Amino acid sequence: MSKTRKISLVINGKRYDEEVEVRFTLADFMRQQLGLTGTHLGCEHGVCGACTILFDGRSARSCLMLAVQADGHEILTVEGIAPSEERMHPLQEAFRDNHGLQCGFCTPGMLTTLLEFLPDNPDPTEWDVRIAISGNLCRCTGYQGIVDAALDAAQRLKAEKAAP
Amino acid sequence: MKPPPFQYYDPSTVADAVGLLARLENAKVLAGGQSLMPMLNMRYVLPDHIIDINKIAALSYLREENGALVTGAMTRQRDLEFSDAVKARYPLLHEAIMNVGHRQTRNRGTVGGSLCHLDPSAEIPTVAAAVDATVSVTGPKGNRDIAFAEFPAGFMSPAIDADELVVGVRFPAWPKGHGYGFVEFARRHGDFAIASAAALLEEDANGKIKRASLTLGGVATAPVRMRNVEKALVGQTASEDVFKDACEECRKIEAIADVHAPAAYRQHLAAVLSRRALVAAHGRVGGRA
Repeated sequence: MSKTRKISLVINGKRYDEEVEVRFTLADFMRQQLGLTGTHLGCEHGVCGACTILFDGRSARSCLMLAVQADGHEILTVEGIAPSEERMHPLQEAFRDNHGLQCGFCTPGMLTTLLEFLPDNPDPTEWDVRIAISGNLCRCTGYQGIVDAALDAAQRLKAEKAAP
Repeated sequence: MKPPPFQYYDPSTVADAVGLLARLENAKVLAGGQSLMPMLNMRYVLPDHIIDINKIAALSYLREENGALVTGAMTRQRDLEFSDAVKARYPLLHEAIMNVGHRQTRNRGTVGGSLCHLDPSAEIPTVAAAVDATVSVTGPKGNRDIAFAEFPAGFMSPAIDADELVVGVRFPAWPKGHGYGFVEFARRHGDFAIASAAALLEEDANGKIKRASLTLGGVATAPVRMRNVEKALVGQTASEDVFKDACEECRKIEAIADVHAPAAYRQHLAAVLSRRALVAAHGRVGGRA
């Protein structure tokens, strides 16, 4: 058995065929081997949530997965959230407008976490949002701006859905 | 690159996984990875071989069978969270699951992984103790079932051999109309519980307790059933005072101490959380609120 493996996966709609060392975490693989540094690594043991990605549409800690486990799967990172180079996602706009970030370190994890949460909970209460982001640490904002942004984003997503 | 070097295997059948476990020295089974991966990243464990069982589709299922919920070892915590059957007929398990980490970790974390890691404060083992769950394991000598009461061999050590693999769990249901309550005390929602309590109650029409189950998590080295409290409650008419008196017994438990709380504090929490769990359970008997 070799210490490396060939994997094929799709990240943000783009296919990658790579040879990876089997002990590489998914987060390190994306950042160091592919140069996708949008996903941040804080604690590297599953507590801070900064490395949260969507794995086949479900939020997961990319520091708690091996890159080889992503073989054949589809991943969305913060780099893939905006619909185009010119336009931000309504969730990103809500973060900008509500002071949902300061240093930005936790933002990739906050956005991916909420990207999974909001479609299932189109009308969340403040408490629902606080529980939803309880697995994401922010050391700047005191969370209030992030909660406001999430509640605002829920309304924006609803309006977008209602629009023809 | 944080984990130490290891050989990686991803078998697609239980037989292959058990074969690898029997053949390889110093091998670790990788389930959902929400505990083993941090331990690898911090090099707290140094296995020579990782046997990833995520590709064994046969270990991931959720069904009801002869009055019990039966899940595979690789059934994700998320699957319990979003199961209508769990919500309707195994409400204690559902309430406990909502306290397991966060959505991002429940999406990956598994039932079998949580049972085998056997963290004293983990919610799934606490519920397994509360409902007298049965753990099914497979090894070179065949299959066997272990009553959960016999499953913890010590602190974070399941009573299974190194070449055995947990394949499934059976959570017996309590009758329709039973009351349930799961409460825990943690610094932050989703953190490891400093202490938790799981209660189940059956009462007759007059509020007399017919059957009781009380389990403490995070207090001792493994979940503890408070049999003396259960015995003291049966036959009594449920009330907060009755629960409070009975739960004083919980202060006598031999509690663990760590950086989060000394033993005396855990003993205090044991009594308080037990009472709260029983009060919650009583309030839900017969479908009340």
